[in-house]
Amino acid sequence: MPELTYREAVRDALAQALREDESVFIMGEDIAEMGGSMAVTQGLLEEFGAKRVRNTPISEIAIVGSGIGAAIQGMRPIVEIMYEDFLTLSMEQLVNQAAKHRTMSGGQVKVPLTIRTQGGAGWSPGAQHAQQLEAWFVHVPGLKVVFASTPEDVRGLLWSSIYDDNPVVFFEHRTLYPLKGEVPSKLEPIPLGKARIHREGEDVTVVATGRLVHEALQAAEAAESEGISVEVVDPRTLLPLDEETIVGSVRKTTRCVTAHEAIVRGGFGAELAAVIQLGAFDWLDAPIERVGARFAPLAFAPAMEQWVVPHAEDVLDAIRRTVARSS
Amino acid sequence: MATVEEKAESGGRRVSEEVLRGFFREMLLIRRFEEKVEERFRAGELPGFLHVAIGQEASATGVCAALAREDVIASTHRAHGHTIAKGTPVEKIMAELYGKVEGCSRGYGGSMHLYDVEVGNLGANAVVAGGMPAIVGAALAFQMREEKRVAVAFFGDGATNTGTFHESLNLAQLWKVPAIFVLENNGWAESTPATQQLPLPVDELGKRAAAYGMKLLEADGQDVEAVYLAALAAREHALAGKGPVFLHLRTHRLTGHYVGDPQVYRDRDELKQERETKDPIRLLGARLELRDEDFAALDAEVTAEVEASVEFAKAGTDPKPEDALKYVYA
Repeated sequence: MPELTYREAVRDALAQALREDESVFIMGEDIAEMGGSMAVTQGLLEEFGAKRVRNTPISEIAIVGSGIGAAIQGMRPIVEIMYEDFLTLSMEQLVNQAAKHRTMSGGQVKVPLTIRTQGGAGWSPGAQHAQQLEAWFVHVPGLKVVFASTPEDVRGLLWSSIYDDNPVVFFEHRTLYPLKGEVPSKLEPIPLGKARIHREGEDVTVVATGRLVHEALQAAEAAESEGISVEVVDPRTLLPLDEETIVGSVRKTTRCVTAHEAIVRGGFGAELAAVIQLGAFDWLDAPIERVGARFAPLAFAPAMEQWVVPHAEDVLDAIRRTVARSS
Repeated sequence: MATVEEKAESGGRRVSEEVLRGFFREMLLIRRFEEKVEERFRAGELPGFLHVAIGQEASATGVCAALAREDVIASTHRAHGHTIAKGTPVEKIMAELYGKVEGCSRGYGGSMHLYDVEVGNLGANAVVAGGMPAIVGAALAFQMREEKRVAVAFFGDGATNTGTFHESLNLAQLWKVPAIFVLENNGWAESTPATQQLPLPVDELGKRAAAYGMKLLEADGQDVEAVYLAALAAREHALAGKGPVFLHLRTHRLTGHYVGDPQVYRDRDELKQERETKDPIRLLGARLELRDEDFAALDAEVTAEVEASVEFAKAGTDPKPEDALKYVYA
């Protein structure tokens, strides 16, 4: 199997969709000549031309909003919002328009729009370039929400998002772009709403997203040396959510830790905990632990930033607490 | 008013009396529909939040008459007139207002979310300026596929203060997409007059288009012929690949912001005078020199159509509550 970085995997999905389907086009800030601020779209302008690889003004309302209109007219636009912090600028279009057109029209229109964005801490950008806001969008019926953590997943899930007939908010994590991983030689679409079990275990399930999938896998290794067997599950799609796989895993292990880089309070872990307690209450041997960022705008100085966001040792501590509580 | 230059741009067309009579009928239909909506709301039959376009019939009628069926529009919270003018039968609109399955949005939208994709109505929008960027995107799709179609956004003067408006105009002009931005300038943002929401005189809002280098056409929004000619010129400009057009129509809202609005903020005498001098239906009636009996016959016809729409709506099907989840995802 070939190896691609997470960045190359995103690019490959974009390029293949652009190559095979005239209705696909991409637009966003600095995505053409510059190749995107994360270098994801490098080379696409040269292959597909300026009509289908469109630089836009700094204009998040118009980027998302024009994507909506083109999608309703039968195109499959993929728009890029450079940092997910800037999704805030386009919230009206995402929440009131993209998500609601189908219902408001009584099913007359569909909005096959993909909104790619990225974020994440670990490089001291300060408070406005590193947020993890995926949970906000899980609250909005009509949207789908994807957060991929590996090259294989990001390629297969992006493909499915592009070809989904609904607006999909597609989260990438900045620190994962250089991550290498094996991918199938031929692109295999990964259905939205299917979790991935990264590692099987017996004692504790860690349900992790984005960068924290990798932190959780590290924590699982460390826990194993302490005699604790950890299962790591990545939902991959937050909306719709593969409740069956997640609840099934917790019924087996009887303990659960949720882990994401986003702030704990009101984070996706809260939704997971609610789903899990309802589906696995009689199986649970410990309260569900939530790992995430501390409740503060992200401070700039590296030492403060590193203290605010979670790492493998935070996941490991949470794993230990769930086991200590019930053994 | 449409200038001579604009009339020349539209091929020097004259509007025949027959066409004007058709406009008159449609404007009267809209008026009677709106009056019926007010009446049925006050009778407690219509749920929700309703905004009628009494006084603004000429802009809906004139603009939509200049469009082809395959052209698309996005409307505003004040949507009934646009929806009728773009070709949705009144009974489907009334059924929507009654929340029935037979409604143009199958009971999912209501007054502020009237859709009818078959006739090119991409939906009314309850967020001021909310539908404008999608019109840029629709026009972009037409441009990319080289289709001879235009996309039209209706909005009011209040919308011109939003970021959404400015981003939409900027992108549309940058990419020269075949869009028409129809400003229905009634001088009110809900209850707030132009003097409290606009830093420039209300009649000079066209300058906002100039800021983007966008083609500006202006017409008296109470004169349906002028509106129609200007809209034709706008459509020709957009279809010729010359970029979008900003169509500034000065109009008058002869009622409150919403049905039931006591309009405590409005000068009574001024409103009375506006009703007497700015009513687009009266103005056209006078111009056509309609005889009383001709008017009465036409009025009876459209009134019967509106009455029938109420009967149709009342006899309609109530949606099943659980169908509320039916169209969340495609």
